[in-house]
Amino acid sequence: MATAIAKAEDRVGVEHEYAARIGHVSKSFNGPTGPQLVLDDITLDVAPGEFVTLLGASGCGKSTLLNLVAGLDRPTVGSIETPGGRPALMFQEHALFPWLTAGKNIELALRLRGVPKGARREEAERLLELVRLGGAYGKRVHELSGGMRQRVAMARALAQDSRLLLMDEPFAALDAITRDVLHDELTRIWRETNVSVLFVTHNVREAVRLAQRVVLLSSRPGRVAHEWTVDIDQPRRIEDPAVAELSVEITEELRGEIRRHGQH
Amino acid sequence: MASTDTTGTATGKGPARSDDLAGLEAGLDALDAVQVNRTPVREVLLKKVLPPITAVALVLVAWQGLVWAEVAPDYKLPAPSTVWDGLSDMWLQGTLFEVIWTSVSRGLLGFLLALAIGTPLGLLVSRVRFVRAAIGPVLSGLQSLPSVAWVPPAVIWLGLNDSMMFAVILLGAVPSIANGLVSGVDQVPPLFLRAGRTLGATGLRGTWHIVMPAALPGYVAGLKQGWAFSWRSLMAAEIIASSPDLGLGLGQLLENGRNNADMPGVFLAILLILIVGIAIDLLVFSPLERWILRSRGLLVRS
Repeated sequence: MATAIAKAEDRVGVEHEYAARIGHVSKSFNGPTGPQLVLDDITLDVAPGEFVTLLGASGCGKSTLLNLVAGLDRPTVGSIETPGGRPALMFQEHALFPWLTAGKNIELALRLRGVPKGARREEAERLLELVRLGGAYGKRVHELSGGMRQRVAMARALAQDSRLLLMDEPFAALDAITRDVLHDELTRIWRETNVSVLFVTHNVREAVRLAQRVVLLSSRPGRVAHEWTVDIDQPRRIEDPAVAELSVEITEELRGEIRRHGQH
Repeated sequence: MASTDTTGTATGKGPARSDDLAGLEAGLDALDAVQVNRTPVREVLLKKVLPPITAVALVLVAWQGLVWAEVAPDYKLPAPSTVWDGLSDMWLQGTLFEVIWTSVSRGLLGFLLALAIGTPLGLLVSRVRFVRAAIGPVLSGLQSLPSVAWVPPAVIWLGLNDSMMFAVILLGAVPSIANGLVSGVDQVPPLFLRAGRTLGATGLRGTWHIVMPAALPGYVAGLKQGWAFSWRSLMAAEIIASSPDLGLGLGQLLENGRNNADMPGVFLAILLILIVGIAIDLLVFSPLERWILRSRGLLVRS
């Protein structure tokens, strides 16, 4: 029942063998016909530095699960532990604050994390460099392109200095070329920072392109249906034959899950 | 560039790929960058300044035309020139700015008081469900009550003095300011609140860092309306409650004109009230509102 919030000393001291531990989590919402089970007995560990994608059709509750891990909502049954502190979360929309510049958006995250005033500017510039937007500090959100906005959002999420980065279809609204570039970018940043990533998507190729492990959720209620370890060397490309091959296999499984819903 | 072979060692391809990516990204950014340019002064003069001047000139011409056509006797419809003479008389006697300042200082002070009361009140109504259910409807209902209605009770409670004026201004402007803030807060996209919570902005920190700045456009619209209500309430109070102790403001100027059957004086007072109201809006609130909208990319250029 309890959602364990890690204490600060956990991060420097004891190394945990997981970045997130989802233990027998179920979630129901009150629907028109009584309580509706959305997630059913999900158990999943994300190892430190691991990249996991959660894959599923609509209604599989993958965003709900991400909200639970982010601490925005509580599970009905089960426990969620994130020993690395409050996880960072990136949304499909950039969710940058339009009243602040790109740099100030990052500084707000630093400020809320407790970084002293004098150190914020430099750290914000460093994070912008990390996402290759060195000159964008003073830019307003509306002056940036969609891909640049998502990179600033990524820098802001990294500014939380959490050991776990949750991503809720962050590239779904981008054009294919930009998305492809941001896949490369995310892979590079993940390897540089060694952050753990739990990435939600309904795009099979994206899941295979990015992850070390792909977890397929069934729909209504969401259950862990299948898991694949992706043994393809990084850097990968979305058009790599090995990526395509595994994608075909996973797509078949996903279609099977969807078909089951048409039968009753 | 051929990177489709997945058997190649990752270390060998790493740096080359990374440079590639940087160049690719720089290209994409350059292609997608949003161009923001400012309008040249000439165009501003032509599109923003010329039309209102034309409109004012046309009204003056029509007015003079009606005077020449003698549609009404001159004690009912004075010529523009007699109103102008009244203005220059006040200017020469040195009373013009004194009269305007009496009213404007009252109005602005009353407005600042209304701001100090209306802002926390609006936050309370928007954030505390019980308070909203209790006084929310009354607060929006108060906006439709003409503030003139508060003048008689204010005179009885407070007497004929400046505090009675401020009371009337407050009762007119506080609901506007509070309601503006409430609707501003209601229109804050839930995504900003969720993003704020994941960054750790909860409770008062969330209100200060997320809710208030996100609600700013609605709040400033409320301030604009609040100023209009302050000014209107004040004029109503000054017209109804005249006393030698109160000093001569624009409202009393209008009332004196009526008492002396001095129609040019009445016209002059009305024009001055109108001009001051517009001037404050043009000099203070419109630039503020435009700056806020422009900095957020919400101002659509036509």
